[in-house]
Amino acid sequence: MANFYTDNPALRLHLNHPMMKKIVALKERDFAEADKYDFAPRNFEDAMDNYDRVLEIVGDICGNIVAENAEDVDHNGPKVVNNRVIYAEGTQKNLEATRKAGLMGMSMPRRLGGLNFPITPYIMAADIVSRADAGFENLWGLQDCAETIYEFADDAQKEKYIPRVCAGETMSMDLTEPDAGSDLQSVMLKATQKEDGSWVLNGVKRFITNGDADIHLVLARSEEGSHDGRGLSMFIYDKRNGGVNVRRIENKMGIKGSPTCELTYKDAPAELVGSRRLGLIKYVMALMNGARLGIAAQSVGLSEIAYREALGYAKEREQFGKAIINFPAVAEILSVMKAKLDASRTLLYACARFVDMYKIYDDIAKERPLTLEEKKEAKYYSKLADAFTPLAKGMTSEFANQNAYDCIQIHGGSGFMKDYACERVYRDARITSIYEGTTQLQVVAAIRHVTTGTYLNKIREMEAEQVVPEDEGVKNTLVFMTQQYANAVQSVLGVKDSGYQDFMARRLVEMAGHIIMGYLLLEDTQRDESFRKSLHVYVNYGQAEVAKHADFIGNFRPEEITDYLYTETKEESAE
Amino acid sequence: MSLNIIVLAKQVPDTRNVGKDAMKADGTVNRAALPAIFNPEDLNALEQALKLKEMYPGTKVTLLTMGPARAAEVIREGLYRGADKGIVLSDRAFAGADTLATSYALSAAIKKIGEYDLILGGRQAIDGDTAQVGPQVAEKLGLPQVTYAEDILKAENGKVTVKRRIESGVETVEAPYPVVITVNGSAEECRPRNAKAVMKYKNAAVPSEVAADEAKKAFVEARPDLQIGEWNCEYVGADLSQCGLAGSPTKVKGIENVVFTAKEARKVENTDEALEGLIVELIANHTIG
Repeated sequence: MANFYTDNPALRLHLNHPMMKKIVALKERDFAEADKYDFAPRNFEDAMDNYDRVLEIVGDICGNIVAENAEDVDHNGPKVVNNRVIYAEGTQKNLEATRKAGLMGMSMPRRLGGLNFPITPYIMAADIVSRADAGFENLWGLQDCAETIYEFADDAQKEKYIPRVCAGETMSMDLTEPDAGSDLQSVMLKATQKEDGSWVLNGVKRFITNGDADIHLVLARSEEGSHDGRGLSMFIYDKRNGGVNVRRIENKMGIKGSPTCELTYKDAPAELVGSRRLGLIKYVMALMNGARLGIAAQSVGLSEIAYREALGYAKEREQFGKAIINFPAVAEILSVMKAKLDASRTLLYACARFVDMYKIYDDIAKERPLTLEEKKEAKYYSKLADAFTPLAKGMTSEFANQNAYDCIQIHGGSGFMKDYACERVYRDARITSIYEGTTQLQVVAAIRHVTTGTYLNKIREMEAEQVVPEDEGVKNTLVFMTQQYANAVQSVLGVKDSGYQDFMARRLVEMAGHIIMGYLLLEDTQRDESFRKSLHVYVNYGQAEVAKHADFIGNFRPEEITDYLYTETKEESAE
Repeated sequence: MSLNIIVLAKQVPDTRNVGKDAMKADGTVNRAALPAIFNPEDLNALEQALKLKEMYPGTKVTLLTMGPARAAEVIREGLYRGADKGIVLSDRAFAGADTLATSYALSAAIKKIGEYDLILGGRQAIDGDTAQVGPQVAEKLGLPQVTYAEDILKAENGKVTVKRRIESGVETVEAPYPVVITVNGSAEECRPRNAKAVMKYKNAAVPSEVAADEAKKAFVEARPDLQIGEWNCEYVGADLSQCGLAGSPTKVKGIENVVFTAKEARKVENTDEALEGLIVELIANHTIG
C-alpha cells in the first residue's frame, strides 16, 4: 500500500516549519471554532495533527488510486460527446475518490463546507497529487478558483457556489481566447447586461483547462467600446444554466487527462463578480497568483516523480557488470536532480507560507481592523508573496523540465520508448514553464523585486541567521554569491537603458533564485541533517550558475545587444 | 426507508506482506511483527453498507468487532469512512475463541444491539481463512444467509437483492431480511477515509483507552459521538462456558512448517493411468486428501 505522503519525509519537515505556529493561530483565530464544529482543532498541535492525517489520506489516494490510473488516463484521455466532456475512466475514479475523501475546497472556511486549511498544507496536497499524475492536478487543483470567489464575490454568491465546490463540483478559469493568450487585455468575449440587470455572455474561449466544469470563472468585456484591460469584468457561469458548449478539445503533448477545451458561449447567463472593470486588473491577477503557486506545486511533484523514476532505474539497470548508479557520471546526474528537487520544494513552501500570512491577514481585516503591527506584517508578507510567487513558478518549472530530461537520460534508450513512466513525465512537465505565464513572463513579474531590493533584503535577513559551525563554509559561499549578485544588479541598473535591463533580467532573477534556494536549504539543514547533501550539491551548482551570469554581465558591452535583436534581412524584406 | 446495518469487522495481522519473523518458533503467528489492520474483506463489507446508506438516507451503520481494547482502531477506521457508531466486544473470557465461540459471542452482542436488518461481514479473515464465522452467526441467530456477495443491489420491502460471485460465474439472489451477508474480496473496494470524519473521530475511544488520561477521558465523556462501546461477556449476557477457550471445540494438534522445495516442473502424460498414479502419489504424501 503505497503512501505518497508518508514515504517522503521531506514533506513532514516542510509542514512542521516553525512559521506554522503563527499561521495556524491566525488561520484558526486562536481556535475559536473548536466548540462550533466537531472537526475543528482545539489547539496548535491538534491542527497540525489534522493536517498530517488529512495529508496521509491524500498520500493514500495518490499512491493507490491516482498513480495507478495515470498511464491509462494518459493513453485514453477525455473525449467530447454532444458538446460535453467525458473524462477518462481513471479520471472519473480519481475524482470520485477525492470527493468521497472530502478533499475539495480544502482551504475554504468551515461554514461554507471547507476544511479551513491554510494554503501550505493544501499546496502540499497539490505537490503529492502531481507526483501521482500531473494531469489530474489540473482538475483537482482548480478548486483554487473558489479562493477567488471567496475573496471577491458577494455573500450570496459565496454561499451559493463555495459549498458546491467543497462537495466536489469542479471549476475552470475561462481567460484565454484565440487572440488573447499572454496578452489578456485583448479579451473579446462579450458580456451584455439585460434590462433586468442580469448578464449574458457571447463569444469564444480557447485553451480552457477543464472547460466543461460545473462552475466557471469567466473574464469578459463588459464595457462596450473599450479595448484594454479596464473594460474587462469577472463573471461566474453556472453549468446548470446552460449556454456554453465544448466545441472541441485539444490534442496535447502532455497532461492528456486534463481536457483543454474550446468553448462557445451563446447567451450564457452569468453573474458579475465584484465590481465592473476590475476583472483583469484585480481579480484575474489574484487568481493567477494562486494558480502560479499551484503550478509550482505541480512542478515540484513532477520533479519528485522524475527523480524517483530515475533513481529506481539506475539502481536496477546493470551494465558492465554493475548497476549504473555506481558510475560517477550517472550518480552526478542523480545527485543534481535531487538537489534541484529539494531546492524547488523548499522555495515552494517558503512561498506558500508567505501567501498564507498575507491572505489570512486580508481575511481578518474583513472582520476587524488590523493593529498597526499586524498591518506592517501583512504588508511585509504580501510583498514577499508577490516576489516569491513568480520566482517559485519560474524556477521550479524549469527544474521540473530539467529533471524530466535527465530522467530520460538515465533510462537511456529505454527512456525513449513508451514503456516507462519517464516519457509521460517528460511530456507532462513541458507545459509547466508555459502556462499561467511563461518563464519569460515570470521574469517580468520578478524583476522589480530585483531592482527594488525585495530579494536582497530577504537574503540579508537569512544571512543574519545562525548556522552550525559545520555549515559556515557553505554560508560563506552564499555570502560571496550574494556579493556577485548585488554587483551585477548595480552594473545592470547603471546602464540607463530599459532594453538592456530587460535583456539581463532573466540572469538577475536566476541569480537571486539560486542564492535564495541555497539559503532555504541551509535553513532546512539546521532543522534536519538529511538536507545537507542537497545543500552542498545545490550550492555548488548555484555558485557556478551565479558566476556564469556574473561573468556574462561583466563581459557584456551594452552595444552588443544589437546582435541579439531581430532585424529584417534583405532577403526577407524582398519577399 | 432506512436500514439498520451491522458490519462485523476483525482486526487481523497483515499477512499479505510477511517478513521472515512472521511466525514464531512454535508455528503460531507472531502478531507483534505484523501490523494490525482492518481485515480486507470486512472493508469490502463496510463499503456495501456505506453504499446502502447513500441509497437509503437515514440508514445507520454500526461496526462490531471482538478483540482487545486496541481493536477500537478498527472501529475508528470504520468511522473515518462513514460508519455511524461502533462497539468493541472485549473480555478476557473471549480469549482463545475458535470460530464457534467467536460466532457465539458475536451473536450475543448482536442480540444486545437488538435492531438490525442486515448483518454484513467479510467472507473470511486473512489470519484464519476459515470463512466460518459469518455463516455460524446466521445459524445462531436463526437468520438466512447469503455468502460470496459481490454487490448488494437493493434492500426494499423486506427483501434484499444480492449479486453473488460463485465459481462458475455470478448469480443474483433474493432473500428476506434480517439476513446475514458475507462479502467477497471481488466486491468494490472500500472508499478512502474522509477528511472531516478523520478530524472528528480521531478522538473516538473505548473507555479503557482513555481511562489513564484524565483530560482525554473528560473530553470523550462530554462527547457521546466519540464514545465507542466496550461490551463485556456479562453485558451481552453470554454463557461463559460457550465463550473463549472453554467454548472452543477446535484444538490445534500440531503445526508444521511447510517449505516448498520442488523447483522443477514435472510433466504428466495425459492418460488415465498417469493421472491416477499422480493422485495416488499426492494422497500418499498428504498433499491432497
